[in-house]
Amino acid sequence: MKVIKQSGLIIFLLGLTIFVGTIFTGSFNLNQSDLDTFIKEKNYKSAVIKSNLEKAIVTSEDLNIFQFSKRVIKAYESSNLYYDKLIQKYNKEKKWKEKGKQYQYKIGGKPHSLSFILAKKAGKGWAAEKTTLMWFLTFGLGIIGALLFIVPDVVLLGKPGIKNNGIFLDAATNRGWIGWFAFVFLVTFYILLYFYPDLIVNWVFLVDPISSSISGNPASQWFLYGFLYCTVMTVMAVRMYVKYRDNKYQILRTTSVLFFQIVFAFLIPEILVRFEKPWYDFKNAFPLDYDFFFRWNLDELLSSGGFGLFILIWGVVLTVVIVPVMVYFFGKRWYCSWVCGCGGLAETLGDPYRQLSSKTLLSWKFERIIIHSVLIFVLVMTGFALYTFFSGANQVIGIKTQTIQDIYGFLIGSIFAGVIGTGFYPIFGNRVWCRFGCPLAAYLGFIQRFKSKFRITTNGGQCISCGNCSTYCEQGIDVRAYAQKGENIVRSSCVGCGVCSAVCPRGVLKLENGPEGGRINPTEILLGNDVDLMNLVNQKQ
Amino acid sequence: MEHIVIIGNGISGVTAARHIRKNSNNKITIVSAESKYFFSRTALMYVYMGHMKFEHTQPYENWFWEKNNIQLKQGFVSNIHPHKKQIEFRNGETLSFDKLIIATGSKPNKFGWPGQDLDGVMGMYHKQDLEKLEKYAPDNKACNSAVIVGGGLIGIELAEMLRSRKIPVTFLVRENSFWNGVLPAQESEMINNHIKEHHIDLRLNTNLKEIKSDENGRVKSVIIEETGEEIFCNVVGLTAGVTPNIDFLKESGIELGRGVKVNRFLETNIKDIYAIGDCAEQHKAIGQRRNIEAVWYTGRMMGETLAQTICGNKTEYKPGHWFNSAKFLDIEYQTYGWVFSEIGKKENETYFQWQHPKEQKCITISFDKNTNQFLGINTFGIRMRHDIFNKWLTENQTINHVLENLADANFDPEFYKLYESEIVEKFNKENNTSIQTKKKSWKRIFSKA
Repeated sequence: MKVIKQSGLIIFLLGLTIFVGTIFTGSFNLNQSDLDTFIKEKNYKSAVIKSNLEKAIVTSEDLNIFQFSKRVIKAYESSNLYYDKLIQKYNKEKKWKEKGKQYQYKIGGKPHSLSFILAKKAGKGWAAEKTTLMWFLTFGLGIIGALLFIVPDVVLLGKPGIKNNGIFLDAATNRGWIGWFAFVFLVTFYILLYFYPDLIVNWVFLVDPISSSISGNPASQWFLYGFLYCTVMTVMAVRMYVKYRDNKYQILRTTSVLFFQIVFAFLIPEILVRFEKPWYDFKNAFPLDYDFFFRWNLDELLSSGGFGLFILIWGVVLTVVIVPVMVYFFGKRWYCSWVCGCGGLAETLGDPYRQLSSKTLLSWKFERIIIHSVLIFVLVMTGFALYTFFSGANQVIGIKTQTIQDIYGFLIGSIFAGVIGTGFYPIFGNRVWCRFGCPLAAYLGFIQRFKSKFRITTNGGQCISCGNCSTYCEQGIDVRAYAQKGENIVRSSCVGCGVCSAVCPRGVLKLENGPEGGRINPTEILLGNDVDLMNLVNQKQ
Repeated sequence: MEHIVIIGNGISGVTAARHIRKNSNNKITIVSAESKYFFSRTALMYVYMGHMKFEHTQPYENWFWEKNNIQLKQGFVSNIHPHKKQIEFRNGETLSFDKLIIATGSKPNKFGWPGQDLDGVMGMYHKQDLEKLEKYAPDNKACNSAVIVGGGLIGIELAEMLRSRKIPVTFLVRENSFWNGVLPAQESEMINNHIKEHHIDLRLNTNLKEIKSDENGRVKSVIIEETGEEIFCNVVGLTAGVTPNIDFLKESGIELGRGVKVNRFLETNIKDIYAIGDCAEQHKAIGQRRNIEAVWYTGRMMGETLAQTICGNKTEYKPGHWFNSAKFLDIEYQTYGWVFSEIGKKENETYFQWQHPKEQKCITISFDKNTNQFLGINTFGIRMRHDIFNKWLTENQTINHVLENLADANFDPEFYKLYESEIVEKFNKENNTSIQTKKKSWKRIFSKA
């Protein structure tokens, strides 16, 4: 078994190495006719872009993706620079009409996204051409290796029970060198994904066939991300099944997040695209789905007929009715740890890191400030977006709606939710985003704290203050602080993962939905002392 | 404002300090030689096993003490001078008090075995024991075998700890079945089997004769009393119970038995000196309790009670219904009320027992065979609600009532399989009754006795 496990690790690392190495493979260039078609499709008005691109990438040279990217970006830049100069020139000469004309020749878009589109057409080599083989050598080996590493634990970990031996003695899970390595890897991955998609175009080639078979379109970097996300979650869900096989709550919860990720976040939206409907994840509720009320989205939905209208109404009903009502009955866990995609990744890929979240009072203070700021940010931004949509004015009190949306998308949508939210798992624990950033979590948290049947019940006086519950709380709640006083845990940030209850060696904690009366119990009881005295102390309050 | 000095920063002393602070502005000083900050002794095992870091065993952050104006003093108290109202430290320093609380806990028993003080012999009680274990048994190369002497709760925990680092363990238990002075045979046997499943070499009916040394004064082996067998090992864990840690009080004039003698107000024979927790010994046992109760929960209750007295609300220590819990490797155990083992139970007490056919789950309910009054429950592998059993015990309910409402008591996580109907079916069959299980009712769960 040990041998299988170790060879699994080797195979996984081999797959990972090939996966990373794939970035550097292949050659990129276009032939003249492809470029012509591209320019025609794009309908560029610039007179120079064509020749710029021709010089740059219609070549017999074998460019790697880095050289290719550089050249493409330079081609676009110099085209735009050419017209910028003209604008300056006419400006000086005060030829306003001429100056005004030049703006139409400028080409918008993020440089690396422009380069991604061309790279997608220009790529040759292993990833682009021997896709199936390369898919097997990367994804295939990764999946097989990881499973070989994980599944033997059924035997190696012994009988079902709590399997936390050695977690703080292992460099992978105690912020040791493996943890820091994983951190660098994840952060780099997210930076590439969000800001340098062209550099990982070879990875996108690998999932082209899968994308075509589902949506009929070639893959984008977002399809790659979606596919990778589902793959990682599936493999790590197997790990959850092995690790928590004594705990039915964990097994059902893991199955649920996996189902919602694969079906709702991945398959349904892609299939919608196949039927020329808007890409939409039916479980992704505003304000986590922060661009739902952006003008482009509303326009798209409104122009998609009855189905678009249905999505629009569903989106609003989901946030305004379904989400709060469900939180009233079940706590925010029904969303955060049973349905949500971010939660899903945190509960599968992130599970080995849950013990790294900070439990200090200070971090709780930061948490409340930051997460509520994000909520306010998203609400203000949405106010702007709706105002813009209905009034047509593109700015409010002198601030451009677009600017605010761009800032949110960059700072919160990309950096916070992606780079920090997931990249920092190995250092700050999983759920970094859910705990500190997610505006939906903040919204659900209010309901959970003030109007809900959900609580974690503390079992009388049985707590021995050991601290397993607090240590393994991914949300950094100091569960023990309540349990040792005999108090129930009613906290807005609790996502109801149920691990505190699982790891408790004395059977003290139980997640349950009960009557609202008695949910928050008296704070001062004498734990197990004579009943008269308990009454006396409680009366004194 | 009085100066309250507390010797010992375990659960009793710290609970007392916290409650005194809540109810008064007295000056509070906690003295400890073991560690500056309070930690949960019960969690030490998880540090060695890698479930937690030591800092995780500390229930309060380090700023807590200053913020709450509780002074922490590190030092080893060597004597107490009641007439001068002073305590004396080993280094000669003294500290004056108005009221003194002795909460020094226990120390592991040593029964005068030859070799009991060799290097590599240790208990598992203090923070220093954990450090010693890290030193002598960091892994199964440095320590290729360990022997544990004494089959109680700490013994099985130490065995679990060592097994977490794959160190072979021989577990010497004096009794003919694990902890059967406390547990009924059904449960004791289940634990015996479970211990073996974890590849621990359990030796029942086995006593230690002596511990042998190598040429460097380190443990080399142990000799078994009964067979004379020599078991080679690098570490010996002595876990044959604990005794009150009160040697430093011998010349203080405070009345001592095995522990510090206290009355129901936790007062010693000397005014303004109190004792709580493991080291306190009641003059007369309370109910069916022992005079000395070395249990986390009783220590906490004594701390809470004494704080009331010290803050002017003179309060008798009246522990409610007995409860306790433990975990034997993978099996959780809770008990409410009194269930005595076959060895200890009285004539009128009888059991109703149920055991899962395959999994390691079982319960024993003790009841009065004449009146059917419910006396207590042991539950293994099924979590049950403390409040509910407390209520049933207070109401003197019958076993029939308990079984009828057993669903209210279940505290297992959601979606777990429930066994109430199987349990009740067995009772009905054995007793010719026709008890019907009721559905769980929140109303009953929240109703007070």
